[in-house]
Amino acid sequence: MYEGAVQDLIDELGRLPGIGPKSAQRIAFHVLQASATDVKRLAAVLVDVKDKVRFCKVCGNVSSAELCRICADPRRDPAQICVVEEPKDVVAVERTREFRGRYHVLGGAISPIDGVGPDDLRIRELLARLADGTVTEVILATDPNLEGEATATYLARLVKPMGVHVTRPASGLPVGGDLEYADEVTLGRAFEGRRQIDV
Amino acid sequence: MGLYRDEAVVLRTCKLGEADRIVTLLTRRHGRVRAVAKGVRRTRSRFGARLEPATHVDVQLAEGRSLDVVTQVESLGPFGARLAGDYPRHTVASAMLEAAERLTAEEREPALRLFLLLVGGLKALTEGEHDPRLVLDAFLLRALSLAGYAMSLDACARCGAPGPHRAFAIAAGGLACPQCRPAGAASPSPAAVFLLRDLLTGNWPGADSTEVGTRREASGLVAAYLQWHLERGLRSLPLVERSPAPPARVLDPA
Ligand SMILES: [Zn+2]
Ligand SMILES: [Zn+2]
Repeated sequence: MYEGAVQDLIDELGRLPGIGPKSAQRIAFHVLQASATDVKRLAAVLVDVKDKVRFCKVCGNVSSAELCRICADPRRDPAQICVVEEPKDVVAVERTREFRGRYHVLGGAISPIDGVGPDDLRIRELLARLADGTVTEVILATDPNLEGEATATYLARLVKPMGVHVTRPASGLPVGGDLEYADEVTLGRAFEGRRQIDV
Repeated sequence: MGLYRDEAVVLRTCKLGEADRIVTLLTRRHGRVRAVAKGVRRTRSRFGARLEPATHVDVQLAEGRSLDVVTQVESLGPFGARLAGDYPRHTVASAMLEAAERLTAEEREPALRLFLLLVGGLKALTEGEHDPRLVLDAFLLRALSLAGYAMSLDACARCGAPGPHRAFAIAAGGLACPQCRPAGAASPSPAAVFLLRDLLTGNWPGADSTEVGTRREASGLVAAYLQWHLERGLRSLPLVERSPAPPARVLDPA
């Protein structure tokens, strides 16, 4: 244990995803040794991101306005929705330049063992977007791992009866991996070769 | 650093740093073990798919200072991948994994019988011969027995007076005689008690022939009993789906 402010910083850092106690300690001491200007800039962007960035009210992606850049762009195809787990997955799919539709960010994947069920994700919002018949294809681009696969299964079962084409990027994506780590070429190919999900 | 090899079921994975995962394993000989799997979230990882939850694996581990490190892994049964295309069964598997984790109090305490029970349970779930919820309730009842919480379904749980008894007292450990019966004890239907007995002893023809209402009643008793014996209930249990399963879709294991 360290004194006051140092320990507070270590505790706060330790609450971040993927940061264990040792990393938290290392980052805290890095901050202590950095120049005051650098630290102030870091603090300012942290406050800024919370003040200025919000979530798109349609797709749930990070946005600086009520509608994100993609939802506000009339050139994007309103008939296709690509469903992803996190905003970082939108970035990964955008990099492929294969997809010209719009997105829907779930905010995670169904994970019963972690107590995350369908009601904890933006699934109701997705169904609401499908209600008026504009959307003809939903691409389920959840992570190619067990939770992502089970989430896709759950969604396909809900969406298919609404008369919408439901597809999943083709295999070739490494099973067990994170979508964000797939390179553009592999992910692009997986999008091109997406196939219909049978429920 | 010592290397050791064991058979295991992956209970849980969580992300660590940029591309690693911590996997919780229930091993055949070393009990519950937590280990680091390096680089598994990257595209070209050799063992990403084999370390997904509910996979039965043959694994080699290197002893580390705080956590062991996975050095090799072969899949013996990709149960999780086979179940991911069937949402209700997937939720049942999740509850089985969580129960196995919660019922192993200490890391590295050998739990051979629980390991065998879990492999058997996942196999039964994948084969799809029985109602998934029956497979889950049988697993939970037997796992609780192994942990020292056998549900008493014949003699009085408190005084041992021979049954059959009508009252069900969770805190006492099962059925209770009229003298021991606490105020507010439930009185389950005889059919539900029969089903619990069949599930505990593995009488599948008996269990398979029960009505849906009886199954629901038995599930409720198992859930309440489990909740009582584990400090907090299983997070996955309220998320288990009972609806009839759509045909399974298979995920290609790499
Ligand atoms: Zn948007
Ligand atoms: Zn008694």
